Amino acid sequence: MSEQKIDGFELKPGFKGMASDTGSDQTMFKGVHWGKAMMWIFLLSDTFVFSCFLISYMKGRGSTIVDWPNTSEVFSLYVGGVPVPLLLIAIMTFVLITSSGTMALAVKYGYEKNRKMCGWLILATAVGGLTFVGMQVFEWSKLIHEGVRPWGNPFGASQFGSFFFMITGFHGFHVSIGVIFLFIYTYKVFAGHYESKKRGWFTKMKGDYVEIEILGLYWHFVDLVWVFIFAFFYLW
Amino acid sequence: MSDEYDNNKSYQTQSSEVIDGSIGSVNPDIDYVRPAEVGEQDLYHGHSFIEKWVFCQDAKVIGVQYFLTAVFTGIVGLILSWLMRLQLGFPGLAGFMTAEHYYQFVTMHGMIMVVYFLTALFLGGFGNYLIPLMVGARDMVFPYVNMLSFWMFFVAVAVLMASFFVPGGPTGAGWTLYPPQTILEGTPGSGMGILLMLISLSLFVIGFTMGGLNYMITILQARTRGMTLMRMPLTVWGIFTATVLAMLAFPALLVSAIMMTLDKVLQTSFFMPTILKAGEVLEYGGGSPILFQHLFWFFGHPEVYIVALPAFGIVSDLISVHARKNIFGYRMMVWAIVGIGGLSFFVWAHHMYVSGMNPWFGFFFATTTLIIAVPTAMKVYNWILTLWRGNIRINTVMLWCLGFIVTFVNGGITGIFLGNVSVDVPLSDTYFVIAHFHMVMGIAPLMVIMGAVYHWFPLVAGKMLHEGLGKWHFWITFLGAYSIYFPMHYLGFIGVPRRYFEMYDSPYMTSAVGMNEFISIAAFIVGAAQFILVFNIIKTLKTGKKAEKNPWKANSLEWYTSTVPPEHGNFGERLPVVHRWPYDFSVPGAKDDFIPQTTAPSEVIHTEVEKT
Repeated sequence: MSEQKIDGFELKPGFKGMASDTGSDQTMFKGVHWGKAMMWIFLLSDTFVFSCFLISYMKGRGSTIVDWPNTSEVFSLYVGGVPVPLLLIAIMTFVLITSSGTMALAVKYGYEKNRKMCGWLILATAVGGLTFVGMQVFEWSKLIHEGVRPWGNPFGASQFGSFFFMITGFHGFHVSIGVIFLFIYTYKVFAGHYESKKRGWFTKMKGDYVEIEILGLYWHFVDLVWVFIFAFFYLW
Repeated sequence: MSDEYDNNKSYQTQSSEVIDGSIGSVNPDIDYVRPAEVGEQDLYHGHSFIEKWVFCQDAKVIGVQYFLTAVFTGIVGLILSWLMRLQLGFPGLAGFMTAEHYYQFVTMHGMIMVVYFLTALFLGGFGNYLIPLMVGARDMVFPYVNMLSFWMFFVAVAVLMASFFVPGGPTGAGWTLYPPQTILEGTPGSGMGILLMLISLSLFVIGFTMGGLNYMITILQARTRGMTLMRMPLTVWGIFTATVLAMLAFPALLVSAIMMTLDKVLQTSFFMPTILKAGEVLEYGGGSPILFQHLFWFFGHPEVYIVALPAFGIVSDLISVHARKNIFGYRMMVWAIVGIGGLSFFVWAHHMYVSGMNPWFGFFFATTTLIIAVPTAMKVYNWILTLWRGNIRINTVMLWCLGFIVTFVNGGITGIFLGNVSVDVPLSDTYFVIAHFHMVMGIAPLMVIMGAVYHWFPLVAGKMLHEGLGKWHFWITFLGAYSIYFPMHYLGFIGVPRRYFEMYDSPYMTSAVGMNEFISIAAFIVGAAQFILVFNIIKTLKTGKKAEKNPWKANSLEWYTSTVPPEHGNFGERLPVVHRWPYDFSVPGAKDDFIPQTTAPSEVIHTEVEKT
């Protein structure tokens, strides 16, 4: 890490640098936009929410007296009469991870003030997210069609449906919120609000391309959570 | 800091040498503060009445809104406690009081006081008002979300209060809401009541998260020039650490509320085991009630410190100002707050000693619980050492602070009893527990709130509260609180169980009856005495003496605003620049007995200030 200076404050690398940043005045995270720090703290809190969900799931699955359904059977798709386990989930995961990539590129082009590319990439991310939610709706309706309900299912322990719908639903809710914001920011970027310093509709604040990065943090987090849900629900 | 006294000496000689070299001129080096890292905050000033007073983005207005809403819920909680005491002291006197009503009042009293009153008051009320002022910011970093935070809290309170008016009434499951009985028929309010409670809690968590993000980031990223973390008033440290706890503990509450809502609405069995009811097996099966207890107390125990830590911080500042002495062991106080906050995440199962868990598990949690006594005791010693040889002003604020120390030590000592598994098991679910937690997290933080109101009222309203009324208020509350809770320890020892509507013909009937009557009468008087404050505030607002600027001669930034009460933007054209901690009281060699945080070192060159 190369040494930098911010307004007469020398940024030192490593643990010493962390200590001197913490001991300094004004800001603890030097040169970090407050919104970015705020998103990180929010994500930390949200991590605890998902952790509580997943730990409850482990506890519920561990202590149930009825056998847990065989997930590779329940989550398989029939392609030409042959069951392919985890096919839909693989596509969903691929789409979501890809949208993380387009999001990262959008952040890069945003900082380069390449308005058009930034806007298109955010739009691509939003479409990816929307595709994910659409496939989740398909997955849910397929399971519901097969008789899986929050209060019971034909495959095994009733907690399977409860935890599945609750946790994937909560994650899907996060994705949907993200998609809504991605569309809003697509508009904001294409309309050039960051160049014209137009104030936000509600917040009355002037924006900056750092907002794209903040949105990106949220989006990557949602993807990361999905990886854990994927591992715990579909692979266990 | 006392341990840096030697450094301080060399610092003085060094600076006086510099002064000798250039007599009369101010040396720029010792007053140097780094330039501003970020530009001025772009504040949005409201234009209409609605933008200025209703959907206001000014943290000070939001703080007052939080305060008033929390006080309203607190009064509801107080009235509920009166009704409970009426039944316990004089059974049958109130004709409408059935066992169901009693359980509902117990539940709502507990939940209101812990979450909607104390948490909202300390973090929403004092946090919003004081954080930007004390760290030298113009406002919270994200005022719009801060405003949403209050209105989310307001809706949460409205939903909670609505549960009084739905069919079946509010939930009567006890404030811990333990499943399975919480959502089963037969428990009062198991229909709409519990549903509204869970929705209200979820809204509260969402609203609080919005505010909490603001408190944390304002403290971390928006301090003024010269304001290091170790120059912040302890009030800010207390509120900050409590907010961190809340951000990490409330998720568990949110998750348990969501899961229980699903158990109630969709017949899932997260927390519900197989249940036989009147010979019939219910739909539920295979869930774990203990899981709820773990989730609830993973929130519930940090919640105790979410209430206590701001109180610790505020009382430290009040004691220091009104004893005209620097806080003893500032750094120790900060680390104690942080340490208590960290430890509070490893003690939750001490609320569950009788849930049937493994005794070794209990042993672990007893150990961590008792370790918390160490930083807590350090804080108490430091408060006492701050008072020692201080120039103590026995005014209303100081009385509340002294009352806090006494009640807190009292409640803390009974906490050591209850932290041990073998002592807790016989005392569990008796009045001893009631006495313990009301002393330590009811009365003690309330004493701080009262002290803080008397201390900061001149800043908020620009007028001095009446001292005589304040002293009456204090003495009735203090002596009354002891009359209520001291006998309850005894009731607990003879085995009177808590949450019982009536004692019927139980063996402790005879000795407990008179005591219960006494406690009830004391509770009525103490409750009524709180309206002295309401009267005092109304009277002061109408005819009170106008407060001079900085009436307590304090050092922290909130007293050095451009106008009193501070306007939107707090500090006028230029933000203050901080050169020292806020505890430079009675410094030898100084002209006044206080040196404001904004005083540059060159102005107090010949005084024995400590380097901070």
